[in-house]
Amino acid sequence: MPTFSSDEIARLASLARIDLTPDELTRFAVELEVIAHAVERVSELATDDVPATSHPIPLTNVWRLDVPGAVVDRDEVLAQAPAAEDGRFAVPQILGEE
Amino acid sequence: MTDSTSSPTGSLTRRSAADLAALLRAGEVSAVEVATAHLDRIADVDPAVHAFLHVDGEDTLAQARAVDARRAAGEDLPELAGVPIAVKDVVVTRGTPTTAGSRILEGWLPPYDATLVTRLREAGLPMLGKTNMDEFAMGSSTEHSGYGPTRNPWDLDRIPGGSGGGSAAALAAFEAPLAIGTDTGGSIRQPAAVTGTVGVKPTYGSVSRYGLVALASSLDQAGPCTRTVLDAALLHEVIGGHDPLDSTSLPEPAVGYADAARQGLSGDLTGVRIGVVRELGGSGDAQGYQREVSAAFERSVAALTAAGAEVVEVSCPSFEAALAAYYLILPAEASSNLAKFDGMRFGLRVEPAEGPVTAERVMAATRGAGFGSEVKRRIILGTYALSAGYYDAYYGSAQKVRTLIQRDFTAAFEAADVLVSPTAPTTAFRLGEKLSDPLAMYLNDVATIPANLAGVPGISVPNGLDDAGLPIGLQILAPARADARLYRVGAAAETLLARSEGPVLDRIPEVAR
Repeated sequence: MPTFSSDEIARLASLARIDLTPDELTRFAVELEVIAHAVERVSELATDDVPATSHPIPLTNVWRLDVPGAVVDRDEVLAQAPAAEDGRFAVPQILGEE
Repeated sequence: MTDSTSSPTGSLTRRSAADLAALLRAGEVSAVEVATAHLDRIADVDPAVHAFLHVDGEDTLAQARAVDARRAAGEDLPELAGVPIAVKDVVVTRGTPTTAGSRILEGWLPPYDATLVTRLREAGLPMLGKTNMDEFAMGSSTEHSGYGPTRNPWDLDRIPGGSGGGSAAALAAFEAPLAIGTDTGGSIRQPAAVTGTVGVKPTYGSVSRYGLVALASSLDQAGPCTRTVLDAALLHEVIGGHDPLDSTSLPEPAVGYADAARQGLSGDLTGVRIGVVRELGGSGDAQGYQREVSAAFERSVAALTAAGAEVVEVSCPSFEAALAAYYLILPAEASSNLAKFDGMRFGLRVEPAEGPVTAERVMAATRGAGFGSEVKRRIILGTYALSAGYYDAYYGSAQKVRTLIQRDFTAAFEAADVLVSPTAPTTAFRLGEKLSDPLAMYLNDVATIPANLAGVPGISVPNGLDDAGLPIGLQILAPARADARLYRVGAAAETLLARSEGPVLDRIPEVAR
């Protein structure tokens, strides 16, 4: 278990696209250290012969007929967008300067 | 008393949903009268309790009028038609604000209804409003709501549990006879325990997740919050059953629960094998459990035995690691599920204070401003648990622990038909008491989490009061798809307790205003 530094928190926050204040960086480093230490013990029980469970009640081959049905109304959806124009979401610049 | 409970229609707020349904069916009251009594009660006490984030009385009354009109026209209506309900704000409701307790969704009007909401509408249950919760259901106290905490009607200085504290408090304060909750690690059962109400986490897949704001998709399950076990069974039958819009929805119908509850109300448990889990407050692990919680649990086991049940002790050694596995799996799934809150298509959008306004920087500024501390903490922990180099050690190991927990349940359910434990290790703590120590807050869920990891159903029923007069909960767990057993044994436990000390909620003090 690595020690959580403010730099490590900043790296994770950047991966998760969350701006953190300097105070949050410091506080989370301390708190996550404690939490990470507490959850570390899972590796003691997880031996190689134990399979992983990703879902509590596995259902396989869940199909339904591919028929056209009602969909949400476009105007109702766009009315909730922070910005929209010409029947589409309007978003800030996605690519670089070019 | 000057409150609405003493007025003629005000007494309606004290009735169970089953009683209200009978009165409505007999034509003794109208759906409008029932809705009005509850709206009046909300107006009266909710400024002090803050169970609701959104109430639209006109909309509620319009729904109630529609039910009355259908009944007047001679239509044969579903059993709970006209009984109003409160819905946790994590469930999307078309055209009605849905925030999941987060500022990032403030003002959002969903363009569709969750499947369970569609079913409530079809069954004629007027919606009273949306209830408060910890932001995105992350918490055990409702203090992590972006809109201020809910207070426990038993003592306004204490927490109502979480994440569904609003739904539980609304029931205990007689603001609603029925409510919807969601339970990812105990968010229905623990609030029920600390408010003296009933909460059910059904088998995973029993109630559709379509239209829930997802926290951890492999753990989330919606269910009934009520004041009686029979009411929970009736509500489960309304909202449960297969939904083609949720690929994890179980194929079988949700039937037989009310019958099971009615069977249990006799208080006879002859032939039922009840397992006391050593590691959940049983004889091997009373440490960390409040003295009165353990004593009440022992009393209820003795009462169940006297009612004819055969009590056995079972051991589930891997439950000790359940909390650790949960706090890896949940943040991992949440960090992925919450990626959609990016300020692009709905909800809050915040531009960076300085520098270029690119989509990526707007996302980070929006999420930094819109998410509260607990949400940020868990997203970062989840991002860490899923990141290269740590995935196997953390997320992978946690999933293996999940297998071990399932195996423990399988073995335990060979020896017993249901398992019992205290729902929560303590009664309601004070507001602010555990806010500065996230790990201490997490420990509240120690007894409820194993059920979510294994997908099995669980119920919390009232189990008396502690020395300070605060409610204690009894948890009953059943094998997957055997939810009916919860209702039978839960109703029996409720009956036995009522025989010895009367219904717990009869002793709640009037809400101070």
